Amino acid sequence: MATMTAENSTSSTTSDYLLEVFEARKTFPGVVALDNVQLKIRPGTVHALMGENGAGKSTLMKIIAGVYIPDQGEVRLHGKPLTLHGPLDALEAGIAMIHQELNLMPFMTIAENIWIRREPLNAIGLVDHHKMYEMTEALFERLGIDMDPQTEVRHLSVAGRQMIEIAKAVSYESDVLIMDEPTSSLADREVAHLFRIISDLRSQGKGIIYITHKMDEVFEIADDISVFRDGQFVHAAPASELTSDRIIQLMVGRQVTQMFPKEEVPIGDVVLSVKDLALEGVFENVSFDLRAGEILGIAGLVGSGRTNVAETLFGVTPASGGSIAINGQETVVSSPHQAMLRGLALLTEDRKETGLFLGLSVIENMEMAVLRDGYTKGPFVEQGRLDHECDAMKELMRVKTPSLDERISNLSGGNQQKVLIGRWLMTNPRILILDEPTRGIDVGAKAEIHKMISKFAGQGMAVIMISSELPEVLGMSDRIMVMHEGRVTGLLDRGEANQVNIMSLASSPVAPPVTEH
Amino acid sequence: MANASTKEKPNTGQHLEAPRKRKRKIPTEVSIFLVLVGIAVLFEVLGWAVRGDSFLMNQQRLLIMILQVSIIGIIAIGVTQVIITAGIDLSSGSVLALTAMVTASLAQQSEYLRAVYPALTDLPWIIPLLAGLLVGALAGLVNGALIAFAMIPPFIATLGMMVSARGLARAYTDGQPVSMLTEQFTWIGSGANPVIIFLGVAVIFHIALKYTRYGKYTYAIGANPQAARVSGINVRRHLVMVYAIAGTLAGLAGVVAAARAGTGQAGMGIMYELDAIAAAVIGGTSLAGGVGRIAGTVIGALILGVMLSGFTFLGVDAYYQDIVKGAIIVAAVVVDQYRQRKRNKTA
Repeated sequence: MATMTAENSTSSTTSDYLLEVFEARKTFPGVVALDNVQLKIRPGTVHALMGENGAGKSTLMKIIAGVYIPDQGEVRLHGKPLTLHGPLDALEAGIAMIHQELNLMPFMTIAENIWIRREPLNAIGLVDHHKMYEMTEALFERLGIDMDPQTEVRHLSVAGRQMIEIAKAVSYESDVLIMDEPTSSLADREVAHLFRIISDLRSQGKGIIYITHKMDEVFEIADDISVFRDGQFVHAAPASELTSDRIIQLMVGRQVTQMFPKEEVPIGDVVLSVKDLALEGVFENVSFDLRAGEILGIAGLVGSGRTNVAETLFGVTPASGGSIAINGQETVVSSPHQAMLRGLALLTEDRKETGLFLGLSVIENMEMAVLRDGYTKGPFVEQGRLDHECDAMKELMRVKTPSLDERISNLSGGNQQKVLIGRWLMTNPRILILDEPTRGIDVGAKAEIHKMISKFAGQGMAVIMISSELPEVLGMSDRIMVMHEGRVTGLLDRGEANQVNIMSLASSPVAPPVTEH
Repeated sequence: MANASTKEKPNTGQHLEAPRKRKRKIPTEVSIFLVLVGIAVLFEVLGWAVRGDSFLMNQQRLLIMILQVSIIGIIAIGVTQVIITAGIDLSSGSVLALTAMVTASLAQQSEYLRAVYPALTDLPWIIPLLAGLLVGALAGLVNGALIAFAMIPPFIATLGMMVSARGLARAYTDGQPVSMLTEQFTWIGSGANPVIIFLGVAVIFHIALKYTRYGKYTYAIGANPQAARVSGINVRRHLVMVYAIAGTLAGLAGVVAAARAGTGQAGMGIMYELDAIAAAVIGGTSLAGGVGRIAGTVIGALILGVMLSGFTFLGVDAYYQDIVKGAIIVAAVVVDQYRQRKRNKTA
């Protein structure tokens, strides 16, 4: 993979930076999450980190915040090397992180949450609540927050909790504040408030690392921007030298290769017709037609509602509105079993959470979905016939396992995924929904799975494929539906779709004009 | 991308090779059985050393031991299935007592003047038996419904049933024992019959867990309830069924206990639920769910029985017996945790 040259226009001596990261590398079993990554934060600036899902932004932040220990590389604070053994070390060194998922204790008061581990004590060593409330009020006054420190956190809205997290981070008087998508749950008015707070902190000389997917925010608040892709550092520049098109280009970067072949197959009749499908508070107005032999890609950021659409189609979370018609017949899908009876199959997004039976064998994982409507004689399972069919499926999917009785946890991620796809093929689905079919599996298995998906479509199966990887979506899909915050922002044909227009549709509510590059 | 494909090669080699080594691993049941044999041999040696007598070469003692094991064992077979679904059943001891009361009250002789139901005496044995099974099944159904539909944690739901069923057993006759049972009813608990019932139930549920859809779903739900639901399994209905079966088996144990003792008493079966859980856990059933077999539970129950019998034989005080029993239960869970960690490591 071609590495781009880092053009850092804010070049000067090292000590000018508040925080620096050099050549950081972090691997997880089977994946290189970060490789040779650098980051330089100037004091008194807001530094935005941009990149697709899986680009390594969160991993890098967790290294800076002491959650992960890097395999390689160095973090320097005020020019001095920093060794962190845990989040507490980072806090004490002056680095505070506001996590994407909130970490507050709901049954404790706002003040208790903020000052936990640092409670002011009275003369006999008990917690001095009065003083704690005063300290909280002083902090809130500084930040312009209007809340009662004695309120229990569970009574607060998500936005309110977000404010408390920020106040807590500020209360550590840290020099570096890391914010991971802080506005994802905030309304416009609250965003404006947050930006005022950020500006204040900036003028006090703090460095703020700001992760976001929202382009408009970046240009409103950021001074510098660093772009990451596939775990690598791509580019850093002052915000004034970048445009949103340029950033998107840097984020997606790679060329679409022939790794994702969708064979040309005849497209048949409409098998699934979805109209105004909605799940209250999650997504709405989702409409599309799906034809036999077609692969419909769904693109969107995490949290855009793409997985929810799949789960609603499959009856995991029954719809709150709209209609689903299968083969022209309107139908209600209120449970996975009903969906299966209507010819649907769903490979879920999270293999470990909702797919695998980790303690069980390969064959038990493969056969589980077909037992309900077949392969039984009286109370008994027709194990002989199942063994035979599962063996054939193992061959078809090219699952590498010493035997069907092997525990599935001993297989590699790619082989586990093949077993799960096999589980659904055994139900003979007419509509196959695949949510992140190749997440976290090696390149070889990935290509094999792509080839198979293409083959199923060729046999007349209708396929919906959700993926965070744009090249995959672009290579495999006949059409691509793009979602943003629970709405469909675009439905593109194979010919007109490219990484740039998908990224823009996925990161903004209103479709911006598509610029050609 | 280049570095990923180079990594692929050693990987394929690895997962073709590593499992082959694992193939030769001894099944859990065999290692537990060896523990059972080891404990028995230990008592044999201690027997000769301390009392100058054989522990094993005494049919009478072995029969009493296995009879004692049978009732706990019947309960433990139900509890094992509940634990495989990642649940727990604390109510079985109390359900046993409630069942024993109800079943005994329908099995009284007509010459007994203070029968609970003077009009319902000298009934054929099948009636009290079915009534007992029904009471157990109902208690299990309530447990299952509370857990699957009211979403109450199994620990709490069955704790509630444990307390309530014991209360019901006492209230049933104001705490009076129910005795003077018919001969055809007490025959159920006579001789080796409890052992035959225990082993029969064990075989039935060994087959059910291994060869039926019921069994496959039980393991699937314990291993991953969300994946089970997405695979089209009606998880709630199945959980109700598993708890109902556990309740029915506690009921059966109550019938056998009443028949064997010739009386129903509200104080029967106290702490049996814990012995049953201990038998399952010693037998290799994982409290995390998804793992466990009836054969293991049977051996686990036998280990508890041999311990009890052996300590009595050696004349060890009952207090000390409990201390050791507690230690063994904890040791079994430590082994379970260790196995789990090993599983997760390979995952």
